Amino acid sequence: MSANLANVSYIGATILFILSLGGLSSPVSSRRGNLYGMIGMTIAVLATVFGPRVTMDGLPWIIGAMVVGASVGLYAARTVQMTQMPELVALMHSLVGLAAMLVGFANYIDPAASVGLTDAEKHIHEIEIYVGILIGAITFSGSIIAFGKLSGKIGGNPLLLPARHWLNLAGLLVVIYFGREFLHAASVADGMTPLYVMTAIALLFGIHMVMAIGGADMPVVVSMLNSYSGWAAAATGFMLNNDLLIVTGALVGSSGAILSYIMCNAMNRNFISVIAGGFGTTSGASPAAGAAPAGEVVPISATETAELLGESKSVIIVPGYGMAVAQAQHTVYEITKFLREKGVNVRFGIHPVAGRMPGHMNVLLAEAKVPYDVVFEMDELNDDFPATDVAIVIGANDIVNPAAEDDPTSPIAGMPVLQVWKAKTSIVMKRSMASGYAGVDNPLFYKENNRMLFGDAKKMLDEVLTALKA
Amino acid sequence: MALTIGVPRETLAGEKRVATVPEVVEKLIKLGFSVAVESGAGDAANFSDDTYRAAGAQIIEGAAKLFAASDIVFKVCVPTTAEVGLLREGGTLIGFIWPAQNPELMQQLAARKVTVLAIDSLPRMLSRAQKMDALTSQAGVAGYRAVIEAANAFGRFFNGQITAAGKVPPAKVFIAGAGVAGLAAIGTAAGLGAIVRANDTRAEVADQVVSLGGEFVKVDYEEEGGGGGGYAKVMSEGFQQAQREMYAKQAKEVDIIITTALIPGKPAPRLITAEMVQSMKPGSVIVDMAAERGGNCELTEPGQAVVKHGVTIVGYTDLNSRLAKQSSTLYSTNLFRLTEELCKTKDGIINVNMEDDAIRGLTVIKEGNITWPPPAPKPVAAPAAAKPAAAMPAKKSGGHGQASEPASATSTAVTFLVAALMFWFVGANAPTAFLAHFTVFVLACFVGYMVVWNVTPALHTPLMSVTNAISSIIAIGALVQVGPEGWIRWLAVAGIALTAVNMFGGFAVTQRMLAMFRK
Repeated sequence: MSANLANVSYIGATILFILSLGGLSSPVSSRRGNLYGMIGMTIAVLATVFGPRVTMDGLPWIIGAMVVGASVGLYAARTVQMTQMPELVALMHSLVGLAAMLVGFANYIDPAASVGLTDAEKHIHEIEIYVGILIGAITFSGSIIAFGKLSGKIGGNPLLLPARHWLNLAGLLVVIYFGREFLHAASVADGMTPLYVMTAIALLFGIHMVMAIGGADMPVVVSMLNSYSGWAAAATGFMLNNDLLIVTGALVGSSGAILSYIMCNAMNRNFISVIAGGFGTTSGASPAAGAAPAGEVVPISATETAELLGESKSVIIVPGYGMAVAQAQHTVYEITKFLREKGVNVRFGIHPVAGRMPGHMNVLLAEAKVPYDVVFEMDELNDDFPATDVAIVIGANDIVNPAAEDDPTSPIAGMPVLQVWKAKTSIVMKRSMASGYAGVDNPLFYKENNRMLFGDAKKMLDEVLTALKA
Repeated sequence: MALTIGVPRETLAGEKRVATVPEVVEKLIKLGFSVAVESGAGDAANFSDDTYRAAGAQIIEGAAKLFAASDIVFKVCVPTTAEVGLLREGGTLIGFIWPAQNPELMQQLAARKVTVLAIDSLPRMLSRAQKMDALTSQAGVAGYRAVIEAANAFGRFFNGQITAAGKVPPAKVFIAGAGVAGLAAIGTAAGLGAIVRANDTRAEVADQVVSLGGEFVKVDYEEEGGGGGGYAKVMSEGFQQAQREMYAKQAKEVDIIITTALIPGKPAPRLITAEMVQSMKPGSVIVDMAAERGGNCELTEPGQAVVKHGVTIVGYTDLNSRLAKQSSTLYSTNLFRLTEELCKTKDGIINVNMEDDAIRGLTVIKEGNITWPPPAPKPVAAPAAAKPAAAMPAKKSGGHGQASEPASATSTAVTFLVAALMFWFVGANAPTAFLAHFTVFVLACFVGYMVVWNVTPALHTPLMSVTNAISSIIAIGALVQVGPEGWIRWLAVAGIALTAVNMFGGFAVTQRMLAMFRK
């Protein structure tokens, strides 16, 4: 295959990738979108393998590596629980980061890569390698930590080193200094030391960055790492003079960046302050400063909940991370089905940051076969609460906290929330009175039209379902 | 030692309610109390002695024995002199007392050295107190029953119908006073299909009237009618004149009038004059819920349903007893909630905590000392708290697909300036080959931006996994480096294996997720 033919194939692959992302604009077209992505990837890989830059004696190696990777990937994809999607995605980001690092190193060692370059071009090329490895390393270590936090292997609390901003700054300066050294290195062997030092610092930086971020901000982190993995691919593309990699990397990078932006907006938080970390620690002291919620908590039993549901005409269910933890989505669907058959208008309200990654709740509900046309976004549904008989909150807290709207001193003030308290009755299912990830007390629990259904979400919902059917 | 709660049979003629129902007996026992019920106490409300027994109560024959056995007495009606005489010294009485109207009773009770909690003296504006608010629960029942009585006396359907036998116009109902009883009446009448209009001197209830399906009729006169604590007050002469004109007009138009107007401590205001009754269509109905306090209608005869000028005027004073089971259930739940407040330790001992605003208001006699009226309640801070909420509307998240608010001119200018400088720097220093790639990169960022904004939020997780799969395009970088040499080959092979995990895993898991989304 000639170089031109390979390039044309790359253009085709690029178009298919764009169509793939475009297809996700609705669930109907999304499956085709994914198919476009697969075709694009196949074309790109085949064009490269049979292209001018790969020799045939490398083929067995390529096939061997592909088979190993593919079997691991397919196995993971088949066995993963939908509740574990955030972990899987974080883990996959780390692989992209690691691959970007390896490619960077290989490219630097490979003498063929810099043959025939002018001085300026060589410098640019080395900067590209340096930056590519830097981003790859941050993505890799950051994603590993994110994986640890999401899967519960590392505690969710932010780890805040003293003077952490100065540490980061110092790290940046060292990286720039060694970047200079790297450019001035006479031979490849001389250049390795700065490269190693930079890689080590980048890895530490990635760890430090994600460690400092609290559990409630995980959706932002996951989408941010998604963005980084894209930029890493783009940097590799510059390094290899490959437009396909640049375009794809840019697509993925901007996609992740937009998701991070949406998530930050949904929490009314500044992107920089999320990255800088520390949410959830400063707020620990402030509930005392803000007005302590007055009133008292009225518990309700599963049977009474079932009665309330049975008598209502309109119900909105607001799921949160607690539903994922309790694996309660199937029971939720059973209840929804039962009520809908009785003619009750049951809808779901999804807050953008519910769960641990963007769209997490939608995937869980889809898994439980909840039809997507009864699942709504916060903005679509918020005006409907006053006309709703019962709003059920399952394992969510901060996203339904009225303090965000009423109490300017609250740490989550200004964050858009689902106004469940405007429904005639709201029922909050929780294991205990503990506060949410933001560490903020929730005045909703003390509202007079609010009832608390304490217990494990799955167990309680099972009881509600039994009582409904009785 | 756990205390015993005694529930005597109500002795007032026509009273069918009972202070505690079997369901609540169980709950009281769970709080640690023992419960004694006078034999036959619940008969009139269809609760037999057996159901009380089944709930764990002890049945005692005769009021004297019951009072003797009870540390706490739950009653509905104001106690009679005989009952006061039976109360144990140092005991507690909970029920309706109306201390302002019954000064002699207060003296008698104080002389018995008892503690008295008057459920009618509850500070109603405390939101915490609402679950104990028996006035509200009883008024709600009465409002419902008033509509049922009106429907009973009225010769036509409430809802309009078009039948084979001809067209039936809907009944027009006017409800004077939109307090709890009025609102319950509005909801019930609207539920039966009538056209409902309502009026109240407090303009702020207009929304509540509309929310229940009624139409709010305004009096053509400006005056603030709230008398504090959610009650109405006596209005000026000018207002009353305008109000009378409005009532006269309504009387001519409507089929049914239900009046609920009461002012605390005063006789009921006269709203419907004899002339107005005369002007009503024959067969019309007036239900006067204020009959006990003199009536809102001039022609009302308390306790009776009479027909005057062809209009049935219902003046029953026992609307609650006419729905005894429902009234009793709600009332006893109110008392149960109060008991919960009194017995936070759940050990069957009550603690009349005078520091608690709600309990302070309820307690009219504490161990023989009259503590009524209570000191003025602490001002409620609600209006102040509401303001910041209005001043700080929740920021709408930058909607998906729709443009968010345009940035300010300055920040836009700064952004453009910074971008221009960066582009200039790149253009001045970078070689041509790099610039070509850079062009592609910047354009791709924009394409990505445009495409991703259109992704529906429901598919954000699949978006992440598919972009993840796509970013394994980095495999190309590894593929072109599978050369003959040792180190580079190993690095490249490792890179290929890693990206292959992503490539296949990412697409496969996306496929799996997307397959689940269905209509």
